[in-house]
Amino acid sequence: MQNQIKKNKRQPRFVGFFKRLFREKPMGLAGGIILLLALLVAIFADFLAPYGFNEVNMAQVLKPPSFTYLLGTDNLGRDMLSRIIYGARISIIVGICASAMDVIVAVFIGFVSGYFGGKVDLIMQRFVDAIIIFPNLFLYLAVMSVTGPGLTQVIFVLGILSGVGSSRIIRSAVMQTKLNTYIDASRAIGSPHFLVLIRHILPNVMAPIIIIFSIAMGGMIISEASLSFLGLGVPPPAPSWGGMLSGSGRRYMLTAPWMAIWPGLFLSIVVYGVNMLGDAVRDLLDPRLRGGVGGLGEYGVKKAKKALEKKQNMASLNKDK
Amino acid sequence: MKGYLIRRLLLIIPTIFISTLIVFIIARSIPGSAVELMATEMETEGMISGGVSVDVDYLRAKLGLDVPMHIQYFRWISAIVTRGDFGASLWTGIPLSEEFGLRYPVTFELSLMSMIISILVAVPIGVYSAIRQDTASDYLGRTFAIVGLSIPNFWVATMIVIFPAIWWGWAPPIEYIPITKNFFGNIGQFLIPATIMGISASAGLMRMTRTLMLEVLRNDYIRTAWSKGLTEKTVVLRHAFRNVSLPLITMLGARIPGLLGGAVIMEQIFGLPGIGRLMVEAINDRDYPIISGVNLIMAAFTLVVILITDISYAYLDPRMKYK
Repeated sequence: MQNQIKKNKRQPRFVGFFKRLFREKPMGLAGGIILLLALLVAIFADFLAPYGFNEVNMAQVLKPPSFTYLLGTDNLGRDMLSRIIYGARISIIVGICASAMDVIVAVFIGFVSGYFGGKVDLIMQRFVDAIIIFPNLFLYLAVMSVTGPGLTQVIFVLGILSGVGSSRIIRSAVMQTKLNTYIDASRAIGSPHFLVLIRHILPNVMAPIIIIFSIAMGGMIISEASLSFLGLGVPPPAPSWGGMLSGSGRRYMLTAPWMAIWPGLFLSIVVYGVNMLGDAVRDLLDPRLRGGVGGLGEYGVKKAKKALEKKQNMASLNKDK
Repeated sequence: MKGYLIRRLLLIIPTIFISTLIVFIIARSIPGSAVELMATEMETEGMISGGVSVDVDYLRAKLGLDVPMHIQYFRWISAIVTRGDFGASLWTGIPLSEEFGLRYPVTFELSLMSMIISILVAVPIGVYSAIRQDTASDYLGRTFAIVGLSIPNFWVATMIVIFPAIWWGWAPPIEYIPITKNFFGNIGQFLIPATIMGISASAGLMRMTRTLMLEVLRNDYIRTAWSKGLTEKTVVLRHAFRNVSLPLITMLGARIPGLLGGAVIMEQIFGLPGIGRLMVEAINDRDYPIISGVNLIMAAFTLVVILITDISYAYLDPRMKYK
């Protein structure tokens, strides 16, 4: 009897989620592993990097990759491998913090706008409209020119401005949830709005929140790199992967191509991993993709095959005619 | 339909008003020290003729920072509305409207070419990926999309400059060739940056096409079409894709801001004197009137494009006529 109860006990949600990820989305899992590796490299950069990220050695300038300098050195004799390793830290910090900021802003605007509706919604949405019509990089550049470059500034600017855009997804999810009777019931027994939002709305819009976070991350890392590339992101000598591709990276790209190759390559690999994971998470969580074929993994594949067989049968029947 | 049009047009007014406020606030929140910094820079770089020392107060007046905020805003807006005067460069004194007129064809051509390339790449792959869902070709298409989203434009561009230069000593032309002087030279020059932009833009577009197709393919009328015995080509192109093309057009309109953002980087790398380049130059020079003016024009342009796509959507979609 005791065993029975134990068996039936539901496992924590995220364990089940990871099991599904493992079973149904091997590519997503691979992406997760890439992200985990990048995370570990970022955390243990101090132990992993053979040299300091800003350790200038004028005797070893522009050296091609060798055993002492696995990825070569830059125009100041700094070890590229060490700079890449420390660069992971910047990319990961921006990726996580800016996406978190994005979600916070999106939830705030989306909740207020979607839940209260009416005039509040009408007014707030005009502000949202007014911000999303700016070409993103133009607006980022303009705001960064006022705040000045820096890691914190990049996180806030990217997070807040893209959060405004993502708020529309949260808003529509909130508006749909609001229609349920249990919301009215909760209000009828006297729950204050805040409680309704936290206890009843939030759990129901958790899926889009997680999706926004996981999809935003790759974009944030690329945006930081783009801003640093244009000279308004994380300022040198901090080893931002985007920043390493601009300035000296571009000036010496023909004599020392490794200075431009490595930062972009690692940037692409990490963003690829993040995007693969984000895609898998979305497929597993997005209710719109459920019931169809995309979101159901193994079962979906079987279903698709069956459907495809049916179609082919039909097609062959048609041909026979 | 009429009601929709009127509502849609009326909603533009507050939106454009708020965007002017945003631009205004950004431009006016220049840190106070920046003005002093500009003054010293102007002196040292000899931008002001005759080596006259630059008065900070003079500079403030020139930036319009010497009067209260609401008057500043009113002056700025009325200059734009009545005279089309978006301000002038602090350094060269050239009005933005003039500078913009010279620069926009480059960005326009680049964006248009990359958009065409992205549609040509994305739509066929997206449709094929959807009708062969969960097959090897679908996975290939989706992997292409994720790879495209993951590789930063500026890195690809840099690699395209580096490798041919090292292997064959070939480099893309650095100097801008106007289309009026040499048509093929111009197209050739734009082709590389436009392809890079187009392919990276096609990643997102391909996913959208695929998702939209998958949604449409689940409809009953598709089953009806199949059961009528129509060929796959007819079902896919006539019955499914037609219904996808409309929302796709709206989504294309919504992607224009992103496309213009990408142009900033491509213009920078390939030395094209477009609006993105103007923006980066203005930022490096702390040319605030240009920064705010360019942003406002870009926002207004995007707004108009989104409006046109929305209205044409309403006009083309028969379901909207009865609403």
